Amino acid sequence: MARYVLGRFFGIIGVLFIVSIMIFLMIHSIPGGPFDAMPTTSEFREIPEHIREKLMAKYGLDKPLYVQYFRYMWAALRGDFGISFRYGEPVTDFISRSWPATAQLGLSAMAIGIPIGIGLGILAALRPNTWLDYLTNVVVITTFVTPVFVIAIMSIIIFAVVLRWLPSGGWGEPNQWILPTAVYALGQIGGMARFTRSSMVDAMQAEYVRTARAKGLRERAVVMRHAFRAASLPLITLLGPMVVNLLLGSFFIEAIFRIPGIGGQITLALYNRDYPVIMALILLWTFAIAIAYLVTDLLYGVVDPRIRVGGTM
Amino acid sequence: MISLSFVLLLIFLALFANVLAPEGYDFQQYDKTWLFPSLEHPMGTDPFGRDILTRVIYGARISLAIGFISNFIALAIGLPYGAAAAWYGGAVDFVLIRIIEVINSVPNLLLGILIISVLGPGFGNVLFVFAITGWMGIARLVRGQFLSLREQDYVLAATCIGVPDYRIIIRHLLPNTMSPIIVSVTLGIPGAILGESGLSFLGIGISPPLPSWGRMLYDYLSAIQSHWYLAFFPGLMIALAMYAFTLMGDGLQDALDPTK
Repeated sequence: MARYVLGRFFGIIGVLFIVSIMIFLMIHSIPGGPFDAMPTTSEFREIPEHIREKLMAKYGLDKPLYVQYFRYMWAALRGDFGISFRYGEPVTDFISRSWPATAQLGLSAMAIGIPIGIGLGILAALRPNTWLDYLTNVVVITTFVTPVFVIAIMSIIIFAVVLRWLPSGGWGEPNQWILPTAVYALGQIGGMARFTRSSMVDAMQAEYVRTARAKGLRERAVVMRHAFRAASLPLITLLGPMVVNLLLGSFFIEAIFRIPGIGGQITLALYNRDYPVIMALILLWTFAIAIAYLVTDLLYGVVDPRIRVGGTM
Repeated sequence: MISLSFVLLLIFLALFANVLAPEGYDFQQYDKTWLFPSLEHPMGTDPFGRDILTRVIYGARISLAIGFISNFIALAIGLPYGAAAAWYGGAVDFVLIRIIEVINSVPNLLLGILIISVLGPGFGNVLFVFAITGWMGIARLVRGQFLSLREQDYVLAATCIGVPDYRIIIRHLLPNTMSPIIVSVTLGIPGAILGESGLSFLGIGISPPLPSWGRMLYDYLSAIQSHWYLAFFPGLMIALAMYAFTLMGDGLQDALDPTK
């Protein structure tokens, strides 16, 4: 077991190493640098050549690429991701400043979406081909297939423009939280309900459920203690990456509702050619998702003792 | 059936866009700006006096072109890649699969954003993004199928009588892999439509004045408070196209699955 975890961990490190080189090279091949003149901005001022050179030297941008890469990675390993070219503050400050909004949005979407999704899925599986099952199906198809930015825009049109019940964007007032959280949660409800329903339908037909019923257990105990426990296994594969994704934020939700979180910042950073911010966000993102998959695999063994990861029987 | 008819309608719109809307997607009438939907302009007009219905029809052309071409490219890369990994096995398989793992570890949308910011937006570059990110699913699928089919007795028999590798792959393995591949490609089309409208919605996909549905959402989002219908119709089209193609793919899956 320990060998498996270590092996996977070093595998992740290897992948991250290659990915970081890839991203580093790609970002540096983006035409234009952070101190190039940008005539499109309103504060357009040509930077004199000698000052530009000094700036490039100050940030180490005049060194060969591989030197820049190793200097960057060495600092990154110690938690220093450099200074944002655009805002002049350390990237870590920048991230910790914009993360709370993202985390709040993600956590509330999870707190609403996951229980409702699982509940809907269980109910639909217990009463197949009833109105409840059909309703679940409609919710699932709508939220699973419709892109989140279309749902977001439609919800703004309905609730903010036509009905005028809620503001169309911003972050700070509690009533500005409702719409983005609801839209975000809706997507989670669809995914959770879909998987819960299909694995619960299978579980309810299993022999042990019949046995549990035969020995006279209450239906509630049969469903929750026997069927759902077995059916929750596939949900774990879904939950791990989902939690990480929710905590890292959504480009679309944050951009549409003008939420000052991480997801919205990365497109701004790309537009501003803010290399340190882009690099840090993508590395963190990739690392977090890789860890999520590892934890998911390990949890598998905890929930279902029949599975022994690593292949030792 | 409804989904199939809508898919056919979309293909019809895409093919005959210039007949249905002869004035073109960039025809501007400055005396007809910001019009609310009416008989003359069923979906209204935008700030440049362009007819939204016309732009939505041409948008079908963009979405479908991206959807079909990118999946064709994905198939052209993924099929031989997966086949090679499964057939040669060993070190070849190891290296090919590791390459997929590395690319896959960066979320697709991020990778797309990165590639677009290196190459710049535009139709060809958006296609390139999907060509790079789209083939891995098919490669994995083909590899998995081939790995199990390779052990079949008829493959052993063919090898014994001296049939060359490429012939076994083309005559014996490929035909047995066709139905999951067809389903995967069909479901890849809404995936690419989603990706294109997503990138365009972030302002880094198809460049104006080409009327991509996602780009229209991006352009008209700022006017949503006063003129909601501008964003409503392109959004509706994205959603409907996604339903139609996804349901059609699901239907195909059921139809092609012999166990059902």
